[in-house]
Amino acid sequence: MAAVQDGQLNLEVEKDIKTEITNDGSGNINASSSSPGSTSSGGKSKSPAGSGEDQQTLLAVLQFLKRNKLTESVDILRREAGLSADADDSPVSESAGAGSGGVPSVGADGGDANSLLSRVSIATPVAPPATAPPKVVAASGGEDQPDVNVVLSAYSQQGDPVLYPLYYNGLKKFIESVLDCHRAELSQVFYPLFVHMYLELVYNNHENEAKQFFEKFSGDQECYYEEDLRILSSMSKKEHMKGNETMLDFRTSKFVLRISRDSYQLLKRHLQERQNNQIWNIIQEHLYIDIFDGMPRSKSQIDAMSGSLAGEGKRDANKAKVFYGLLKEPEIEVPLDDEDEEAENEEGKPKKKKPKKDSMGSKSKKQDPNAPQQTRIPLPELKDSDKLDKIMNMKEATKKIRLGPDNLPSICFYSFLNAYQGLTAVDFTDDSSLIAGGFADSTVRVWSVTPKKLRRVKSAADLSNIDKESDDVLERIMDEKTASESKILYGHSGPVYGISFSPDRNYLLSSSEDGTVRLWSLQTFTCLVGYKGHNYPVWDTQFSPYGYYFISGGHDRVARLWATDHYQPLRMFAGHLADITCTRFHPNSNYVATGSADRTIRLWDVLTGNCVRILTGHKGPIHSLAFSPNGKFMASGATDGRVLLWDVGHGLMVGELKGHTDTIYALKFSRDGEILASGSMDNTVKLWDTLKAFDDVELDDFTAATGHIHLPENSQELLLGTYMTKSTPVIHLHFTRRNLLLAAGAYNP
Amino acid sequence: MAEERRPKQCTVVLPTESMKAMAESIGVGQLQEESCAALSEEVSYRIKDIAQDALKFMHHGKRCKLTTSDIDHALKLKNVEPLYGFQSQEFIPFRFASGGGRELHFYEEKEVDLSDIINTPLPRVPLDVSLKAHWFSIEGVQPAIPENPPPAPKEQQKTESTEPLKAVKPGQEEEGAIQKGQGATSAEAKGKKDGLMRMKPRSTHELSVEQQLYYKEITEACVGSCEAKRAEALQSIATDPGLYQMLPRFSTFISEGVRVNVVQNNLALLIYLMRMVKALMDNPTLYLEKYLHELIPAVVTCIVSKQLCLRPDVDNHWALRDFAARLMAQSCKTFSTTTNNIQSRITKTFTKSWLDDKTQWTTRYGCIAGLSELGPDVIKTLILPRLTVEGARIKAVSDGPVVSNIDKIGADHVQSLLLKHCASVIAKARPLPDNVEQYRADYGYLGPMLCSHVVKARAQAALQAQQVNRTTLTITQPRPTLTVSQSGIGGSGGSRTPSIIKVPSSLTLMSTRPGTPTQPSPPATKYIVMATSSGSSSTQQVLWTAVLLGGIQKIALFGKRPSPYYGKNNSNKQREITVRHYYKT
Repeated sequence: MAAVQDGQLNLEVEKDIKTEITNDGSGNINASSSSPGSTSSGGKSKSPAGSGEDQQTLLAVLQFLKRNKLTESVDILRREAGLSADADDSPVSESAGAGSGGVPSVGADGGDANSLLSRVSIATPVAPPATAPPKVVAASGGEDQPDVNVVLSAYSQQGDPVLYPLYYNGLKKFIESVLDCHRAELSQVFYPLFVHMYLELVYNNHENEAKQFFEKFSGDQECYYEEDLRILSSMSKKEHMKGNETMLDFRTSKFVLRISRDSYQLLKRHLQERQNNQIWNIIQEHLYIDIFDGMPRSKSQIDAMSGSLAGEGKRDANKAKVFYGLLKEPEIEVPLDDEDEEAENEEGKPKKKKPKKDSMGSKSKKQDPNAPQQTRIPLPELKDSDKLDKIMNMKEATKKIRLGPDNLPSICFYSFLNAYQGLTAVDFTDDSSLIAGGFADSTVRVWSVTPKKLRRVKSAADLSNIDKESDDVLERIMDEKTASESKILYGHSGPVYGISFSPDRNYLLSSSEDGTVRLWSLQTFTCLVGYKGHNYPVWDTQFSPYGYYFISGGHDRVARLWATDHYQPLRMFAGHLADITCTRFHPNSNYVATGSADRTIRLWDVLTGNCVRILTGHKGPIHSLAFSPNGKFMASGATDGRVLLWDVGHGLMVGELKGHTDTIYALKFSRDGEILASGSMDNTVKLWDTLKAFDDVELDDFTAATGHIHLPENSQELLLGTYMTKSTPVIHLHFTRRNLLLAAGAYNP
Repeated sequence: MAEERRPKQCTVVLPTESMKAMAESIGVGQLQEESCAALSEEVSYRIKDIAQDALKFMHHGKRCKLTTSDIDHALKLKNVEPLYGFQSQEFIPFRFASGGGRELHFYEEKEVDLSDIINTPLPRVPLDVSLKAHWFSIEGVQPAIPENPPPAPKEQQKTESTEPLKAVKPGQEEEGAIQKGQGATSAEAKGKKDGLMRMKPRSTHELSVEQQLYYKEITEACVGSCEAKRAEALQSIATDPGLYQMLPRFSTFISEGVRVNVVQNNLALLIYLMRMVKALMDNPTLYLEKYLHELIPAVVTCIVSKQLCLRPDVDNHWALRDFAARLMAQSCKTFSTTTNNIQSRITKTFTKSWLDDKTQWTTRYGCIAGLSELGPDVIKTLILPRLTVEGARIKAVSDGPVVSNIDKIGADHVQSLLLKHCASVIAKARPLPDNVEQYRADYGYLGPMLCSHVVKARAQAALQAQQVNRTTLTITQPRPTLTVSQSGIGGSGGSRTPSIIKVPSSLTLMSTRPGTPTQPSPPATKYIVMATSSGSSSTQQVLWTAVLLGGIQKIALFGKRPSPYYGKNNSNKQREITVRHYYKT
């Protein structure tokens, strides 16, 4: 297992390592002292925030590895991360597994008398670099989780617990008294400040003060933080902080705020006037303030973007170019007449049909400027059967109904009966001929929804008797005796949470609570591979639109990109602060979007492994994602019952669709992208006019640059229809090639 | 709201007593207070932590209900061995007990006799998962088929009928976000025209061609000769969700039908119509309140009408009266509110005509049946006190010279009806012993017969109790079986009410009711006090209530003076005028 993990330390991690080293060089910091404390200590407020950030990422990775008992990987990572300067006299493995507990406190003096800082390499009492203020190595009390202690130790700096409410109140009064235009922006500070002050109190064993503090001020926080507050409230002892993932999230990642320069100056001046070091320190250490020039944002603008576990995405996080265009379709000879179906592959009446969809724009022969290079990532070659399928697809597409506000789709609902609340995932094939369901009893079931029954390939012995030269060999290999409308696939040992058909309908992927992703053959109806890599439940998986690749994401917060013929992942996308709840491929297969319980959506570049977009705005775990067929837009749905629309190219939120009252589990754009269908736990399917939604957004250069978008309040106008089921939560939606909408869910009597 | 909850979140921990109790259960006595406090805090934190993870599994399982398996999976995440044996799907298997100032929830582990398990037949294998497709929407319009929810849910029908102005007002669309979904037509969803569009269907009462066909088919089948077809039609009425638009038609059909067929003494048709009423009442998607003014008079007619059939001496019109009486009781139960006072007014009507000396035996029978279906309390307060009088009347008919065969049959039926209903009530209310003389003194002519019926009823109840206990309780709780039946027989109940999970209602009634008739009735049944009259003046403001009121008063009239209205065909016209009159009020 460890060997496998070693192999996975890929680009993402290596990139961190690189930046790590460069930062170390520029910051003139001893590489071994890459503790968060040293870079963000009180005196060094001007230190490049990026370096601290990357170190923290590294720490998070280290910690993750350690949690999974991957000590070898930890060693290697440490070695490569440039911790080697001191590695000679302090073997890293020792510090990693060290129960030694570090060095007792030597004394306290200096500017911040109370500030105690501890280090990663606890076992090595290396003198801190000269640039850093005097500091003391903390006694971490013989813990077996040194990394956690490091993370926590930033809280060891403390003031008088009694003064905390006063500080907080003072700031509150100040912010309430500032001009309206600044108030909304500065109010953003409250929540992270509240969290960190509370955690500091808890860490320093001021249990009662912490409780009082919480009771006094938790009511002030925005309602969408309620979930996190609940977790916080349950943490009332220092011991609880260890191993609590949410807590680590708060600490290992800085809370990002976007504040205009004016507002920031105001805040800074106030804090300096009041000599309010306590709050200032917290802001310096735990907050990342992204300062921008220009008008302060309004309350609604801020509310639209906030809500995530770690604040908004940084502006520069969304600067990278995303090639959202579609790949050029391969040119395929298409026979003109439907009557000539038999002659499909012959050169009977060759005519090049312009493949569909003017709205997609990129279909002409010349390359879309926004599209990635055709060979940017290697894609599987088209097989003959794929070409046949493409031809079928195009033929169907010509019969497609054009949808619009006056022309709503028909919906066919597939109800799973007698599922006893056990249906956990559903998928349709692209041609809508098969439907698969994942169940809580660990089974995967496949149904044929066409008259064509499901048949298994004959056994090897029988196959050898078949005349391989005959024309209908593909027919002959099927075992007629096994024909049935549905097949059950056994293999998982936990509820199946994600399911996905391959585009060629030969394979089926399923991801489960047992930590595996399984690849099933739909020819033999057996399991081909079990991909092991996630150690925790895998919440979602999806095939690439071109097949071959697939993505999975789960409780371990890492999304993995796999190729069907490799048993190890090709890429690991780490960065989410909580479970990855849903994963989707971009239509051009070059990008992958992941939604998470940290209430952010990230877009990852498959080629480089970089995170190219961080999209914030949801107030609850994201449970569904969908790309528009032209690849330009994305929709996301969350437990908060809202659908958000995103412009992938600019990394901006462009719409908010309100109306659902419960978690949205299904989102799908129509084949032309004109209508978005959303399905929810509240037993409804809603149709939205996305054409209008995307038209209404005016994107000038300023908004594109700053990301301050005014959302039009028009979700009721965009709602085209609501359809209520009797008692069936809608958990999957699919548009057939002719734009008939299929919905699926389990009937709950 | 959130702010109210949050402070609590911070402080909620398990009580230290729980820690003590748990410690004792594993043999650790004398746990110190501080240890308990520390433990409870720690345990509370861990439980919350696990619960939060379990919620994740619930969300990903696409459920709204947390199950025990979610908790198992959450434990697994933390590398903790899952709890085995908590596989209950439906309810939490904890029981509550209190006493001595302590409240306790505990998990009851019963001793199970293996032979019982072996001997009980295996439960049926649950049905396998299956897939069913239906049209959810056709070009933006949701078809009205059983798979889809009813086009207008009961709530909406109710608001439309009770607050007709509110629904029409423009600017109400936001509030009707759900309604909008129900409308579901693309045109309706299109923003501004909404208000106008919404008014239209309300003013027109035209049925679509399909609906007309359906109506025709259904009504024909309901009164036709083919019983199989009728059963199908009634089934459709009882279950179809999309009938509300046809409801006015059905209602009129029934009331007119009863009107005509009572005059023609067509017993079969009257029965069919009553079955239609029953089917309508069984349909959960219909809001019948609007049509009670037509339905209730029709039903009451079928209960108390002097003559319902051509040959009163042979035909079993008593069954129709019983059936209609049950319908009446059911509608009282479902529709009676403090505003419309249906039950009290019905009771009053029945009593009035029953008290009248000139009332015919058929009507008398109907009145008594109608009253006794309303529940044991009504029987106790209204019928029992009149048993003596009624007994004398019956005696007069049976002992006296044979005036008419019909009277005799009527008296017989009234007698058996009274015996049937009163015996069970007396069995519950009257303390032992059952002395024949005592009964004769209390109830007159009917006394001795009542006595034997009561004795039978008691014996049967005891037998039933034992049987029920044996089938449902032996495995789980053999002990309480005894107490239940004893207290039932001995009349000493109330001293101890065993808290049994699966006791049928009849049992609890027996064990909890001591033998005093003065004990207040359980809250579920309506208690009718005759002193509070129907209060006709106060209910005038609601239009249809007034109409209904008129209807009932007319029926009361029928009861009093049945001959001109329900006698022979000669008075047909007058009757019709009266009926028209109250339809219009």
